[in-house]
Amino acid sequence: MYDSGKIIPGLIIFVLFITIPIWYNRGGASTAPKIELPKDAKTCVLPAAEIRAEHMKLLNVWRDEVLRDGKRAAITIEGKQYPKSLMLTCMKCHTSKKQFCDKCHTYASVEPYCWDCHLAPVE
Amino acid sequence: MDTNRRNFLKVAGISTLAGLGGTAVVDRLVAGAGMAQASTSTSHGTEQAGTAAKAGATRYGMVIDIKKFYQDPSLGEKAVKACHQAHNVPNFPDKRDEIKWIWMTKFENAFPEKPNLYQDEATANNQLPILCNHCDNPPCVRACPTKATFRGDDGIVGMDYHRCIGCRFCMAACPYGSRSFNWRDPRSFVANLNRDYPARTRGVVEKCNFCVERVQIGQLPACVEAVSESKALIFGNLNDPNSELRKILKEKHTIQRNPSLGTLPSVFYIV
Repeated sequence: MYDSGKIIPGLIIFVLFITIPIWYNRGGASTAPKIELPKDAKTCVLPAAEIRAEHMKLLNVWRDEVLRDGKRAAITIEGKQYPKSLMLTCMKCHTSKKQFCDKCHTYASVEPYCWDCHLAPVE
Repeated sequence: MDTNRRNFLKVAGISTLAGLGGTAVVDRLVAGAGMAQASTSTSHGTEQAGTAAKAGATRYGMVIDIKKFYQDPSLGEKAVKACHQAHNVPNFPDKRDEIKWIWMTKFENAFPEKPNLYQDEATANNQLPILCNHCDNPPCVRACPTKATFRGDDGIVGMDYHRCIGCRFCMAACPYGSRSFNWRDPRSFVANLNRDYPARTRGVVEKCNFCVERVQIGQLPACVEAVSESKALIFGNLNDPNSELRKILKEKHTIQRNPSLGTLPSVFYIV
């Protein structure tokens, strides 16, 4: 091979350069964030696995039912009433946006626009 | 070409029959299209009639007793304050940024089609409250390209801020100036945040929602509740002939803001 002295180091530099995201974030990024769960509430409106995966869809369904269809009747789970509301239901148990919502959202690099209008509890 | 009279007459006869049949088919098709057109125009007609088609369902409305607001100017202040507190309505120092839900204004501004050269003193010196009319035929709803504003089954013209793209077509369409645009982020201009109700963001249009969040759980609108003792604002169902609202409408002469536009406002004023 001609010019192997230049090509091989060049290739090594190129591979290292394009794999920056992998080795630069090695270690730190793989640990899942630890979120703070509410202390006084044991149950959520859905089982943990479901709410974790589907909470954004549930919030959209609630929004459309409440706002557009006027179906504001609270949902009852184990005798307890929960209004279909982010601010009046979710954030009443999860009282810290920073310790609950933001931790995963920052980790997953999603920026939901909920808080442009909706008010997070005072911390 | 080899033909004789007999064959010629056969072909001509069949062609004539086919032609006649063909026109009959064409006529049928045309008539069918005409019928389709007729049926769309009827449905359009009922839609325009509005109230008649929607009778039986709920249609919320309000009566505003202007005289009571003239007699006691503190009533208007109370109603406006209650509304703004309940809905996190910002108070911008610059008039151009103003957000309006319910506000006090002069009679000639609320009813520009009823000018009077020799106005009485009470009318000249006092103000009355105006708010979104929650029209039965709302032009803002027709103008909205994203259906962010919509007429609910209970007659309340609502806003879905999630869908609003801030095009302001609704503001151009509303003949009553009931809609305001958030030119700036309103959050920091709300004095006391009500943490049970959302605020708004920059770039959306907002307006009075007839307290849909209270009415749909059986409460009265915030402004009505604030002045409940004076009965200056009466809220109720216009489609229920036995409601307090309808009784007042039956007893007293009321006016609507610019009814000639055909928007069918649900807010009535006792002059």
